[in-house]
Amino acid sequence: MKWALSAFLAIATAVLVAFAWLQSGGLKQHAMFSAGTPEEAVQALMSEIRAHDYQQAYASLDRSSDTDLASFIREMAGSDGSLRTYSSLQTAEVSPLHADHDEALVRLRMNWSSALGSLDDVRDLRVRRDGSVWRVVWPKPAFSTVPPQVVSVNYLSWDVIGRNTSQNWGAQDVDSPKVRITSMNAISRPGRVVILGEVENEDTVPAYLNVNATLLKADGSPIEEEGSFDLISHVLLPKQVSPYRIDFPGVRMDAVKSVRMDARALLVPASADPVIAVTDQGVSKDGLNRTVLKGELVNQSGRPVNIAQVLAAYYDNFGKVIWVSDGYVDQALMPQVPVAFAVDIPDDIAARLKNYRVIVNHYSRSSN
Amino acid sequence: MKRTTRSNFAFCKRLTGSVLLFALPWCASPGWAQAGKLLVPTTVGAGQTFSIPVVGSGQAGSGQATFYLLGPDHVVKRHVSPGSEVQIQSSDVRSAGLYQVILCDSKSSCTSATFEVKAAPPAHLSFFLHPSRVPVSTRDSIDATAFVFDQYFNLVWAPAVVDFRITPASGTGFSRRGTTRNGVAWMRMDSTPHEGSVRVTAVLGNVEEARVIQQVAAEACALRMKTVASGNRVTLETDPVRDCSGNTLPDGTIVSFTKIDKLGKSTVDTPIKKGIARVQFSVHGRAQISVACGVVLGNEVAVAVNGGL
Repeated sequence: MKWALSAFLAIATAVLVAFAWLQSGGLKQHAMFSAGTPEEAVQALMSEIRAHDYQQAYASLDRSSDTDLASFIREMAGSDGSLRTYSSLQTAEVSPLHADHDEALVRLRMNWSSALGSLDDVRDLRVRRDGSVWRVVWPKPAFSTVPPQVVSVNYLSWDVIGRNTSQNWGAQDVDSPKVRITSMNAISRPGRVVILGEVENEDTVPAYLNVNATLLKADGSPIEEEGSFDLISHVLLPKQVSPYRIDFPGVRMDAVKSVRMDARALLVPASADPVIAVTDQGVSKDGLNRTVLKGELVNQSGRPVNIAQVLAAYYDNFGKVIWVSDGYVDQALMPQVPVAFAVDIPDDIAARLKNYRVIVNHYSRSSN
Repeated sequence: MKRTTRSNFAFCKRLTGSVLLFALPWCASPGWAQAGKLLVPTTVGAGQTFSIPVVGSGQAGSGQATFYLLGPDHVVKRHVSPGSEVQIQSSDVRSAGLYQVILCDSKSSCTSATFEVKAAPPAHLSFFLHPSRVPVSTRDSIDATAFVFDQYFNLVWAPAVVDFRITPASGTGFSRRGTTRNGVAWMRMDSTPHEGSVRVTAVLGNVEEARVIQQVAAEACALRMKTVASGNRVTLETDPVRDCSGNTLPDGTIVSFTKIDKLGKSTVDTPIKKGIARVQFSVHGRAQISVACGVVLGNEVAVAVNGGL
């Protein structure tokens, strides 16, 4: 009995000490110091980034890394109110590509969680042996800068003076913008029905737009109503065309007899600035062998765009919209600086894809 | 159980306020005995002062009587003497509609009569001009609707002729006439081929109400761009973007340029500035560039950075 109690107390103490060690980051430190393989070295680095311990992370990099601490922090933590500044590293998957005695190449897939969903960042990293441990060679991020200059911006902006509510019935008011759904296509996807197409602001004033769809049964009763949420450019300038996509999860296409569409537009103040060019677009495979639409965004104005969303519409041979996808860019768009983007395309869509069109939604902090 | 006239009237006399308003017609229903004779006009103009003589009957010809006037929006109660006249003030009959007068004598007998108050002569117009912006040269695109009211804002049901005077920013004005039906006159017309504001005035006698509609350029027509190459950069500039009637599309309208070269596809959605949309691309080798505005396609140009356009 006496021995049993002693043994129990010893085991309990050992468990508590182990727990405290884990809690205090002992495992991480152990991984760091015992980065005995390239994968462990990358995982240890990711643990430090996840813990926002950028100094320690930077200290663990290989000496041949040509980045500096400020650039490393800017790259990992984000800057200029970009989406990365509102994100945190969720998971990091490491897979070896090539290894020899002193150097290895690994593929790192970082998954960042943000208020706008998860973002993937895939990189191929070199890892070098340094004595008994491995260290990551972190490449210097390419932060382009433009020379100091004055950019004159004289694009139109619109302000709205509405009707005074104290005026009599019938007093003059300004009408809502006229918008038109120029195409609509209902497709069946695994586990859902998707309504997609394009909508145009036919008016000469900007519109804040929402597109809603109601799926109807054969007897005309509604199955479900959904809106396009963020898969649309809500603010449309005159004659601007936006793709939209509305998902109905859990609905089967054979239950749908017809679709009722509803495009509601409001007259809102807006600015034609900034203009964002979408350059060098092309469909290719990414590091994970997924089909993606890649390109670069160039902010042609003089003010930073903090968060940009890429919306892409894909067309078949007949010019019909067959898919709409989107992706957020986690870097801020600084003036005149190209920023890469990539948007996923489902493989079956990629096989039928003939053409595509990209537009950019943007958000800028007013204080900028 | 049959109620007596006397006990019912006693019940009605106890009613006050809004309850009285709803219960009075019932109190003066045909089941009640005739208290006297009310000589009321068949119709009266809104806001018109008039009098109702109170003629006493054989059984209720003496003592005080109570007079009620029930209108669409209020009730008047007065004590009157048989043989006198009840003066109805202008403010008591401002609302058009059916009115009921009830006279009850001190012996709890009531009599009633109805008359109609019709709207006074037209004094106000509520004028709706729709839409506030309209593309030029569009058929039946402008709706003008005028509601005719008297000075007390009663809808004037009697037919009246409303003159719609249209004054474009350029060109001569014209007018259309419409006769009200149930108090409403309307007309529909095409927009004119020239952009700018159009003033539409609804006129009825001395009453005028004006609205302004903005005629705006329609879809772009014959959209064309030209190129100026400099090194590996090409500046694309549209001709002034106009619609098929020759009106310039407003600044801020989006024009999309698309370039396809060996590096892929590049697109820029740029707003028109001073009637022209302009963009610059860097070109690698040969490139095909197209332009569009909304759903209207413009010309395509082939560009080579070596100088051959």
